[in-house]
Amino acid sequence: MTRKLKEILIRRIFFLFACVSILILGLIVTFLFREGIPIFRVVSVKEFLLGSEWYPTFDPPAFGIWPLIVGSFIVTSFSTLIAVPLGVLSAVYISEIAPRPVKEIAKPVIELLAGLPSVVLGFFGMVVLAPWLQDTFDLPTGLNIVNASLMLALMAIPTISSIAEDALYAVPREFKEASYALGATKSETILKVIVPSALSGISTAVILGMARAIGETMVVLMVAGGAAAIPESLFDSVRPMPASIAAEMGEAPFRSDHYHALFATGIVLFLLTLAFNLIADYVSHKFRETGSGTL
Amino acid sequence: MEDNRVIKTKDVNFFYGKFRALTDISMDFEKHRVTALIGPSGCGKSTLLRLLNRMNDLIDGTHVEGEVLFEGKNIYAPDVDPVEVRRRIGMVFQKPNPFPKSIFDNITYGPKLAGLGDRIELEALVEQSLRQAVLWDEVKDILGQSAMMLSGGQQQRLCIARALAMKPDVLLMDEPTSALDPISTAKIEELIQDLKKDYTIIIVTHNMQQAARISDMTGFFYLGKLIEYSATEKIFTRPDIKQTEDYITGRFG
Amino acid sequence: MALQTSMRWRYFKEGVFFGLVRLSAFLLTAALGGLLLYIFVNGLGVLSWDFLTLPPTDSMTKGGIMPAILGTLYLTTGAILVALPLGIVSAVYLTEYAKQGPLVRVIRVGVNCLAGVPSIVFGLFGLGLFVVFLQFGSCILSGALTLGILILPTIIGASEEALKAVPQTFREASLALGVSKWQTIVRIVLPNALPGILTGSILGIGRAAGETAPVMFTAAAFYTAKLPSSIFDEVMALPFHIYVLATAGTHIEATRPIQFGTILVLVGLVLGVDLIAIVIRSTMRKRKRW
Repeated sequence: MTRKLKEILIRRIFFLFACVSILILGLIVTFLFREGIPIFRVVSVKEFLLGSEWYPTFDPPAFGIWPLIVGSFIVTSFSTLIAVPLGVLSAVYISEIAPRPVKEIAKPVIELLAGLPSVVLGFFGMVVLAPWLQDTFDLPTGLNIVNASLMLALMAIPTISSIAEDALYAVPREFKEASYALGATKSETILKVIVPSALSGISTAVILGMARAIGETMVVLMVAGGAAAIPESLFDSVRPMPASIAAEMGEAPFRSDHYHALFATGIVLFLLTLAFNLIADYVSHKFRETGSGTL
Repeated sequence: MEDNRVIKTKDVNFFYGKFRALTDISMDFEKHRVTALIGPSGCGKSTLLRLLNRMNDLIDGTHVEGEVLFEGKNIYAPDVDPVEVRRRIGMVFQKPNPFPKSIFDNITYGPKLAGLGDRIELEALVEQSLRQAVLWDEVKDILGQSAMMLSGGQQQRLCIARALAMKPDVLLMDEPTSALDPISTAKIEELIQDLKKDYTIIIVTHNMQQAARISDMTGFFYLGKLIEYSATEKIFTRPDIKQTEDYITGRFG
Repeated sequence: MALQTSMRWRYFKEGVFFGLVRLSAFLLTAALGGLLLYIFVNGLGVLSWDFLTLPPTDSMTKGGIMPAILGTLYLTTGAILVALPLGIVSAVYLTEYAKQGPLVRVIRVGVNCLAGVPSIVFGLFGLGLFVVFLQFGSCILSGALTLGILILPTIIGASEEALKAVPQTFREASLALGVSKWQTIVRIVLPNALPGILTGSILGIGRAAGETAPVMFTAAAFYTAKLPSSIFDEVMALPFHIYVLATAGTHIEATRPIQFGTILVLVGLVLGVDLIAIVIRSTMRKRKRW
């Protein structure tokens, strides 16, 4: 009986540890709200989310984060437009087309690049891409939407490519063989059989890549230019939410309205990425349950 | 009077979720005999085998009804520790599954965790178990080498030796030769004949000739039911039930 | 005849598609390869023994980056000390003990969500909980705890994968010998999963070392002359140092070489650590016999 008791005890303790992740998630919510909610004594939720003026240090200050949300949305969308085709196509290259030695090197290298610190990409965008953009297109600044989107895309591609490659690799060989045996060409097999079978994995890759882009701080902090206004062209500067938090938290007096407003921005960002992740989880789970037979 | 029936199942039903995999199995297994369980794939014979030492506990969403009596005690009673049951009722699996450890450590793994610490005793136990499994002569000089180096047939005999080292009363074998070549299979069949002197053996097999060659008793299963159970000779020469005859003469399955 | 033309059309499409695929692979290689080469070429000239071992001088326009290297080392070590035990135990529960059900599903979704939380939000959380609420202040402890939580999902994921890779037959063999579940986990499952768990953890280390946003408000100092003497001291950190030199202050152009040097050290550190993990993993996979 004592052994049985010990086993039960161990299971209970391990269960508690496993719940730590949930606990932390709860703590994150608690502390974001604890420090963020007070701003809504000063402005309404609607004014905060949809107000088009972000002047936190003016007198009187204005706390409308709409321009920041738009900024986040624009750089994320553009970087996705660049990163998804490049990421998925290069995954197709590695998984289906590349000669064996290339394949064996490319896979770990991509994984390696997914670990590149984002401050490095931000730096590169600032020092190399920005002056080039400025000169080439004769702009007032090279720190703008295009630059930020490109660097974000560069950051997200390895992630997308790596997960998409796993999904392509997992497609059973029988599918391919069946397709070839019916007289399909290689590209037809890839596009009509392999990619559709891997679609759930690829969608997960895309959503996770987007979530990474929307939450990324250093790149947008360093290369998006920092203008808290609704942009009119792709060469305008923007101030995505993470950049705003990172740039201003150091200067915001402790527990001032500005400080609370930045935490509230954090809540918005957190909820957005949470939604993305829940969708990604739902997509991968749903596809797993129904299988690829529904495709 | 000594009861010769070491394991008895009483009206055992087994469920995977809602699916009933075994229906009302009542069967007695006698001491120092080889009992073979045969039947087509999915008939429940492996499920029954794994019930006898509570290996099915490991699968989520399953449950057992009825009783499995081992030496008169129901092993599914709430106060029974499955770990204790498995020490007395050993098991050999379909695919050889040595641990990625040395041959020596594979055999001493169970006894050590059961509390045997003396080096000399352990060494004696290793030799004894390997001799019983007719593997000693082949591996006595390489006991320190990884068990993964051995051939498939040697690995399976090592797994038998490993099970024997726990000094069990009963040895369950789940298609122990299905992954082996004919020569290794013959060796293991011979070994089973020797082991019957000291152990009660229950073996699941796909191979009817094997069942006929090595077993004393045979049970034929079909769709989760025990169709016929009697002496092997009778089952293979004059079975009572038509389904059994159809199966052993190769008309289905 | 119709079949003939359609074949030609199909091969034409095939050519276009393969062209696109090769082009994207090439673009990706060129961009990332160019970036790394650029950093390497510009940074290499700056690297010297003094650069690695001296503190910054002349309001950070001269001297080395030793305090930043050391700070990153402290923060990363602290993070792994927090995340490794928690992560392994969580993963053992999820793979070995948990029965599939709503509760486990909730835990898994929680881990996935935690993995997706933006690093800046971790920074805010660390600020709110460790720095402000628990009053640790901005210091190594707060930073290490924040980074530890940040890499926890990575460690859990890697450990789960490693545990799942241990063949089920090993567990069955051990349990069939009358060995208890706990002993089976300790003697058979964990030793066989350990190399995988460790490589996963090394990847976590790389991640922790390269993060900027979470340490900005929780640990990193713009500049400290003295080295930390306890876990309640502020430290400099490599990524934050780069950010500070490249964006703030009046000497942005003058410190460019130092920026390149620091970048090279950071990239070398992160990619080096990751490379070690990847090499270990691939040799392990080749050696595995099951």
